[in-house]
Amino acid sequence: MDDFLVRALAGGFGVAVIAGPLGAFVVWRRMAYFGDTLAHAALLGVALGFLLGIDINLGIVAVCAAVAVILVVLQRRQALAGDTLLGILSHGGLALGLIAVAFLESPRVDLMSYLFGDILAVSARDIAWVYGGGAVVAVALAFLWRPLLAATVHEELARVEGVPVTAVRLAFMVLLAIVVALAMKVVGVLLVTSLLIIPAAAARRLAASPEQMAALAAVAGCAAVAGGLWGSFTFDTPSGPSIVVAALVLFVVSALAPAVGPGRHHP
Amino acid sequence: MDEGLTGVAADASPGAILVEAPGVDVRIGAKSILSGASLVVRAGEIVTLIGPNGAGKTTFLRVILGLQRPRRGRVFRRPGLRVGYVPQRLALDATLPLTVERFLALGVRRGGRDGAARRAAILDDVGATQVLASPVRDISGGELQRVLLARALLREPDLLVLDEPVQGVDVGGQADIYGLIGRIRDERGCGVLLVSHDLHLVMAAADQVICLNQHVCCAGRPEAVTRDPAYLALFGEHVARQFAVYHHDHDHRHGTDGTVLPLAPEPEPDDGRHRAETPDHG
Repeated sequence: MDDFLVRALAGGFGVAVIAGPLGAFVVWRRMAYFGDTLAHAALLGVALGFLLGIDINLGIVAVCAAVAVILVVLQRRQALAGDTLLGILSHGGLALGLIAVAFLESPRVDLMSYLFGDILAVSARDIAWVYGGGAVVAVALAFLWRPLLAATVHEELARVEGVPVTAVRLAFMVLLAIVVALAMKVVGVLLVTSLLIIPAAAARRLAASPEQMAALAAVAGCAAVAGGLWGSFTFDTPSGPSIVVAALVLFVVSALAPAVGPGRHHP
Repeated sequence: MDEGLTGVAADASPGAILVEAPGVDVRIGAKSILSGASLVVRAGEIVTLIGPNGAGKTTFLRVILGLQRPRRGRVFRRPGLRVGYVPQRLALDATLPLTVERFLALGVRRGGRDGAARRAAILDDVGATQVLASPVRDISGGELQRVLLARALLREPDLLVLDEPVQGVDVGGQADIYGLIGRIRDERGCGVLLVSHDLHLVMAAADQVICLNQHVCCAGRPEAVTRDPAYLALFGEHVARQFAVYHHDHDHRHGTDGTVLPLAPEPEPDDGRHRAETPDHG
């Protein structure tokens, strides 16, 4: 196998493995639109990274974390509906990012690769980022799992039971920001959310517990990466969208499969 | 703290004070939700909050639970008080695969080796053993209330707080659940604070009834509140208000949530008997 293909698979698997469990929480907490908002804001992070001359992954994480905090603050004031607010931040962030990237006028900035991903150009350095960042997210999520799940099931009940709900939610958003930064290389800002939610949605019908769903989402994500890369090579299609289409195929197949689950109620 | 605890302590009920909230004001935006509302819950006592929709019952409960910050007033809890909370609803996302067993385990930090046995025993105690392995979203409204109650009991609470514990439960099941709450109080000696809509069932189960309409309109033992002729003579206005509460109960089905209810009930031609001349609370 070619080197760049091995790197693409390694990078894609690394992202899919961590995007699966986090994506499950995105689905359970109905935060798909929030994921989009983070992803769009990520483009602004790219520009920031270039302008400040820092690693663009750092730029992305910084901008996404800032957006998450702004959102939490604005939502608390409840002047606008949550989805309106998300829409403003999401498209405002994307537009600002596009303008900022246009201003850079550098041959180093390939806008299309940020919008749609360029997994075939993944470097060893990118892979180090994916696995380093992914490991940090995985460890943090393991610690966060129980309180995050409790807050997802019923936020106020969790609060009464002593879960620091606001801190847990903020931590989750920061983890999401990191994963968006990592996943951008694979599918680009416009399709990042799909890598979070489609594998999780595909895993739903086959899972009997939250942990099973998270693990199956990781597996489904890896299968989508492998299938998408295969399709990309075979049919000479763009790699990022091909991965998303592969995930979509998995979702459709799982939707048609018979349901399984823990001791279902007798009809 | 002492200052807060002196006011109501003269009341005759036995049992130590678990929680006391004197003079609570809550505003949301420009709208006053509670003004000068007070309550005390003692060990072994069932206190029920009743009142029309929009009276601030759930808000008051949230203040007691520490979920809502009052604008004025404080909540005094006995140090180390363990609170079990039974929320009104559980809006679980359909994509979250969660069994009742797992849901119960989420409520206590350390499951321990005997965790599973304890969960099964408490679920049995509330009469919902059959749903232990069922997905939470597949069980009935009555079963869900019992499961929520079991989760609260797993924390071995000193104070049990329930928000509309019979919502979504059929009438026969409602009496069962009130009976269950009474038995839990008898066996465990915990204090119980609950919000309810149904006046008749409340009367059978409560030790103290607090009639709330942004402030405390009247409070006392249920039979005193409803039947005592002396009470009627002395507090005619309050009793009229209480009937108004009952009336609002029927009214609220057509109402929308979050609408502002006037302090004085609106006049309705077919119901003059109960609600004649209720003066405004200034």
